[in-house]
Amino acid sequence: MTPDPAPIAALLDARGVAKRFGAVVALRDASLLVAPGQVVALMGANGAGKSTFVKILTGALRPDAGHVRIRGRDSTVASPAGARRSGLVPVYQEPSLIPDLSVADNLRLGDTPVDPFRHWVTELGLPDLRQDAMIRALPLASLRILDLARALAVEPDVLLLDEMTAALPTDLVDRVLAVVRAQADAGRSVIYISHRFTEIAAICDRATVLRDGMTVGDVAIEPGIEDKIVEMMLGGAVTTAAAARKTARTASAEIPRLRVRGLATGTRLTDVSLDLRPGEVLGVVALEGQGQDELFDVLAGNRRATAGTVEVNGRPMTFAHPADAIAAGLTLVPGDRAHALLMQRSVRENIALPLLARFATWGAIPMRDEQVRVGAAIERLQIDTRAQGEVRRLSGGNQQKVTIARWIAQGVQTLLLFDPTRGIDIRTKRQIYALVRDLADQGAAVLFYTSELAEVRLACDRAVVIFGGRVVDVIDAADADEPALMRAAYGLTEKTGVTA
Amino acid sequence: MARAARLIVDYPLIPLIGLLVGLVVVLEVMQPGIFNERWLGNTIKFAIPLAMLAACQTLTMLTGGIDLSVGTVATIAAYVTATATPIIGAPGAIGIAMACALAVGLVNGIGVAFARVHPLIMTLGTGLIATGFLLVYQRSVISTGTAYPALLVWLGTGRTWGLPNGLVLFIPFAVLILWAQRRTGFGRLLYAIGSNEAAARLSGVRVWQVHLALYALSGIIAGLAGLLYLGMVKTASLSLALPLDLPSVAAAVIGGTSIFGGRGGYGGTILGALILTVLATMLTLLQMPEGGRRILYGAIILAVTALYIRLTDRN
Amino acid sequence: MKRLIGANGWTVGLAGLLVLLLVATKLIQPDFGVSGLDNLARSALPFALATVGMAVVVIAGGIDLSIAAMMAVASVTAAVLMDGASDGQAVFAILGVLLVGLAMGALNGALIVLTRVPDIVVTLAMLFVWQGVALLILNAPGGGAAPWLRALIVGGITLPGVPAALTEWLPRGFVFLAVVVAAVWWPIRRSKLGLMFYAVGSDPQAAYRSGVPVGWVRVAAYAVCGLFAALGGLAVTMATGIGEPIPGPYLLASVAAVVLGGVILGGGRGGILGPILAVLVLRLVRMDLTLMSVDPNAAAIVEGLIMVAVVMFGGVLAMRGARHGNGG
Repeated sequence: MTPDPAPIAALLDARGVAKRFGAVVALRDASLLVAPGQVVALMGANGAGKSTFVKILTGALRPDAGHVRIRGRDSTVASPAGARRSGLVPVYQEPSLIPDLSVADNLRLGDTPVDPFRHWVTELGLPDLRQDAMIRALPLASLRILDLARALAVEPDVLLLDEMTAALPTDLVDRVLAVVRAQADAGRSVIYISHRFTEIAAICDRATVLRDGMTVGDVAIEPGIEDKIVEMMLGGAVTTAAAARKTARTASAEIPRLRVRGLATGTRLTDVSLDLRPGEVLGVVALEGQGQDELFDVLAGNRRATAGTVEVNGRPMTFAHPADAIAAGLTLVPGDRAHALLMQRSVRENIALPLLARFATWGAIPMRDEQVRVGAAIERLQIDTRAQGEVRRLSGGNQQKVTIARWIAQGVQTLLLFDPTRGIDIRTKRQIYALVRDLADQGAAVLFYTSELAEVRLACDRAVVIFGGRVVDVIDAADADEPALMRAAYGLTEKTGVTA
Repeated sequence: MARAARLIVDYPLIPLIGLLVGLVVVLEVMQPGIFNERWLGNTIKFAIPLAMLAACQTLTMLTGGIDLSVGTVATIAAYVTATATPIIGAPGAIGIAMACALAVGLVNGIGVAFARVHPLIMTLGTGLIATGFLLVYQRSVISTGTAYPALLVWLGTGRTWGLPNGLVLFIPFAVLILWAQRRTGFGRLLYAIGSNEAAARLSGVRVWQVHLALYALSGIIAGLAGLLYLGMVKTASLSLALPLDLPSVAAAVIGGTSIFGGRGGYGGTILGALILTVLATMLTLLQMPEGGRRILYGAIILAVTALYIRLTDRN
Repeated sequence: MKRLIGANGWTVGLAGLLVLLLVATKLIQPDFGVSGLDNLARSALPFALATVGMAVVVIAGGIDLSIAAMMAVASVTAAVLMDGASDGQAVFAILGVLLVGLAMGALNGALIVLTRVPDIVVTLAMLFVWQGVALLILNAPGGGAAPWLRALIVGGITLPGVPAALTEWLPRGFVFLAVVVAAVWWPIRRSKLGLMFYAVGSDPQAAYRSGVPVGWVRVAAYAVCGLFAALGGLAVTMATGIGEPIPGPYLLASVAAVVLGGVILGGGRGGILGPILAVLVLRLVRMDLTLMSVDPNAAAIVEGLIMVAVVMFGGVLAMRGARHGNGG
């Protein structure tokens, strides 16, 4: 499928955009056409290249190939100010207001005209906003409105909204949607990025879908289009190769290894409950930023919960430090390998790190014992040790294996895997699935967040789906085909008060 | 070029040895006949206290820190030993001196570990306070005179087979540090914290424990260096080891220890201390004023650090 | 508590503390009066100027460890240039010193931006470099200063046509400080550049997205810091009449005053008035200790302890702030 040529001369015309970072191809061939008077939804699953595409559209990155034109003029200038001058104004997911300046000073800093700004703030439902209020003191919802009002005040040709409604209460959402639609009706263009199908159905004219760095579809929004979009995001051929897990071997009488009830931290994670039993691999499925990062952080002792309880083997726990979680057998493989590895140190030092973490092990290292444990872990994970002197010279897959091997060398009880296969080759992925199953068979419990939906069937027994900081669904691996997971992840099948 | 860069990053000792030999050759050309056994012994002798203070910098820099109080701590240890020996005897005096050194180190450790003050600011501050204490102490004990424990004088000035006796203290010290940095859990944690503190934390390392112990250890080493220096110069001065502060940082940086942490080791630092000592001889021959030396040290630290950032970025 | 620190309450509290200390001083030393204030003003002047410079870089998200060394360079440059010079030549000498200060600061900033080495390492290396430069210019304290310069900061204010009794109590040192800060910092604070300092210190990413040239703003902040360091060095020479090549204890004192003055290490928050009040508080504590005939060395210890405690407290506050920011 290639995008239809835009009916009228497009206001924004991006074609054939490609971008690679080192060996990783983030975008192959992304296109986006936005005609005047249209609101176009830009959609894509995690890792489809959406955020790279947005950075290129807004001038934060330069593309390797392709062009971005606004009103026919090239706008691939590598600076946000350049893109702004050319008429595209973005509103990012995290507010780009200066926290320590007042509203008025922020307007001065960005040369925003004040009167139109006031008009839009009132229009968007914050008539009482004081110009001398400090940004730091304002709630997140107000900041997003301010950011939008600031963008509208400069009367942009193209407005790019990234998850604009994510932190807003419903009344503000309605106002925002109305304003956005009115913009388009006045002949301007809007690029609308959102995970919420209801909003897309309400205000968008078309949707452009990205998958694997390519634009794979450009469809008009009409009733019932959701399923088609989900299908496009997944890529028509839904993986059938996945051998569904035969039986979920969960003996419900057993005390769960990990029992979580009503867990919350601030705004992102609001209410998560789940049970994880020995021998079980429990998948976690969520769109980006739905609270899964916070969930794993709390369980690993890296962040404090504001509400809820965590029990390990039936005993209530609070973790003040990751060492506490490790002592309770909860070990984390974080999503970003850069957060887990000592990049300049050797494979051996990286794997042995937890063995030496305690005060009791400050003395002479039992070199033989360490060698044996590290060697066994390397063998079990089949780590390629040709460049073992410095971990940063290993391939991504081997680096990931090192972060897992660290806990294997220690002896695994409960493994928290956060997207362990992101950005690594298929062979390593298979090895990780096999390892996870193997560990579970030996009695370990595994919590497995994945951004790749097909993995749920390949590695998990069940999956919890988190949306907006809450568990919205629990799906058995046998039923966890990608469309079902995707619909659940977009909150389309939301159930309330779910406990996995 | 890229291969040369890789070589420097992988085997920092080889270019350092080359640099040292090159400097000695240049020195011999500048003043033929200077390179003899006596000169060698003297160079080693003066490099030892510098190398010991540079051990403090190396260990703290491995975690991404620094200890700018070492000069003050060494001075205090030396001064207290010299002035307390006539009153309570050498063992007691040395004991008190080392306790003072440990106390400063502990305060540094507390500031870095718990208040998370940047080590640079913290150690600068404790150095200032400790200097104040030293001045108060000086006013109260000035009348009793000074004495230098015989052992320290032997270590500082004696020679055996043409080599300075200071090596009797330094060789076991260096072997211990070299062993500890590679073969003990504590040593590994220094590299781990400097390499990636968040990762160390996630692996269960309680970083504050390491910081506290590290700065205390640094204080003790600085105290020892002060004692040795006292034996060498046999003068109780209030600014004895202060001029070594800056070269100790430079020696560690030249020796390939990254000021950002996680990379380097004491082997390079020892070479760095030797290089700086030879360089100092050369600058004296050239009659380079003190100001010029400081500029040179500052420029070396900045250039080596910037170069390292370039080299690692490329990889 | 947090609110209080965030708002102007902190500055008001400092002002209150200063008044209390002044009252205490009067109680300790009933003679304390015009000459005492004059002493305070003169001793505080270099500290205050260094602190303003430090505050500017800290607000912009940096730190400058070389500030005391830059002051030494400025002090000896001024003393050497003015030695034996006429009054008119001295004016040019001063302009030259201020330019040297701007250039030193700009070089610090440029090295940070270009080498991508962290500010704390660059300015540590430059601390040594500027120390060396000062020693090369003048090996030992020496040189001279134009007499009218000294008159600028010694004694009370006298205005023609106004009875001396009305104005005499106000030390010229304070007036000099106020005039200099008003002339240099106020225009910057009110301009967009001032906003950009706060923006870069507060959130460089958001600043970049708002179209702020982050690198240039950093260089500008360090240049302003260099300018104030030059003024501080001049103040040293003005007060003593000679150039001083060995840096004074201005680094730690300025960091402590900045923290005590309500500027958060890490950037974006605080003003200039708070740190200046903090300098006066710290100087007055020192003066009171002297008045109580405490051994000056013991007084130095107390002062050092206060400064380290303040910096440690600032570290804890900054850590809280960072955590708070992450949690939101």
